[in-house]
Amino acid sequence: MTIASRQDSADSGSRQLMLSAANLFCERDDRILFQGLNFEIEEGQVLQITGSNGSGKTTLMRILCGLNDGYRGMISWYGKEISDQIENFYQSLLYIGHRVGVNKVLTPIENLRWSCCLQTQIEDERLMEALSIVGLRGFEESQCFTLSAGQQQRVSLARLLVSPAKLWVLDEPFTTLDLRAVEQLENFVADHAGAGGAVMITTHHDLKITNLNKLDLG
Amino acid sequence: MMVTNPTSTSAAFLSMLKRDLLIAYRRKNDVVNPFMFFFIVVSLFPIAISPDPEKLGEIAAGVLWVAALLAGLLSMDNLFRADYEDGSLEQLLLSPHPLYFMVLAKNISHWLVSGLPVVLVSPLLAYMLNLPAESYMTLFLTLLLGTPVLSLLGSIGVALTVSLGSRGLILAVITLPMSVPVLIAGTLAVQQNLNGDALAFYLAILGAMLLASIALAPLASAAALRISVN
Repeated sequence: MTIASRQDSADSGSRQLMLSAANLFCERDDRILFQGLNFEIEEGQVLQITGSNGSGKTTLMRILCGLNDGYRGMISWYGKEISDQIENFYQSLLYIGHRVGVNKVLTPIENLRWSCCLQTQIEDERLMEALSIVGLRGFEESQCFTLSAGQQQRVSLARLLVSPAKLWVLDEPFTTLDLRAVEQLENFVADHAGAGGAVMITTHHDLKITNLNKLDLG
Repeated sequence: MMVTNPTSTSAAFLSMLKRDLLIAYRRKNDVVNPFMFFFIVVSLFPIAISPDPEKLGEIAAGVLWVAALLAGLLSMDNLFRADYEDGSLEQLLLSPHPLYFMVLAKNISHWLVSGLPVVLVSPLLAYMLNLPAESYMTLFLTLLLGTPVLSLLGSIGVALTVSLGSRGLILAVITLPMSVPVLIAGTLAVQQNLNGDALAFYLAILGAMLLASIALAPLASAAALRISVN
């Protein structure tokens, strides 16, 4: 995807509202993390969630994904309440959290096969190709405990390349990556937004992405 | 964008089953541990109580059942732990498929790996404990019906406790009381058989327990998992 086409889709004006949150309230251990929080994500948008440590970035993402139900407020997916169409939503969601979901005794290809199969049927050639793009060529058949933390993170990033999900929710995806991989991931994110997808991302890293929206939790 | 071909629930179920069996194959000690435990516990009884064949024959069914129960409990903790720690469990919860089937797939692979070997070797140990030969088949059948129930019930306890840092005995405290009815039905069936009475009743009870736990236990485990990752 080139920069030009990215601009095209940004200017087309026909972007649909994907996810919206209204009046979110979350309390944890008698401390209010956020209240009256409103935000929207449109197709083609990258939303960076910022805030100091412990400000509730991860909690917010887990709430949006349905992993945490300790909140009040309304979350909608394409205009309809999310809990009424949770299967639709999960079919379009790709979440990568702090714990990346890579089993250590399995090989990268086995991990990828399983995590993709939860959502979509994908042929092995495409999975192999995705692994080589993220720099794991030659490691496809090594068990993951022999790989470094950054390489394990890359296994989860390979999912970004093969998943049909429209919304990516990435929680601190840069932590263990080297500089080249960071740049590569930024490109993945920009391309995904250019193709009409949306990305929610938490990071303290300065993203080099045009059309970046920010949500500050303080 | 990309052509999407969503997975059917049965394909996701099979993929889950295959993955867990593959992990068990790679981590062979998880397979061998409950089996060895079963073997060792059973072989301690003749040493501690009496090598007298008469006495052993009387307690054989009970010993085998209790040992199978404890061996199952020993291996239970692996069921969701690794997945919880590496984040796979979150991915599982975020799959568009009903969590019931995913948990059932995990339960099945867990039983195949830790329960089935114990059931298969039980006639051999029954011979060692001098259980009358006509009861081998009954013992085998009751264990075959009963150990999956124990696994399914145990999975609820594991799902509830997976996020606790130090679990200690809490899993046993939750699981063992639920297992008592299975233990009673299983041992009574063998006893009936020894007395020459009909045992269809007890087998039917065990079968009913198995069907009920297949239908309900994964639902409870799934709900407990959602609470645990919260």
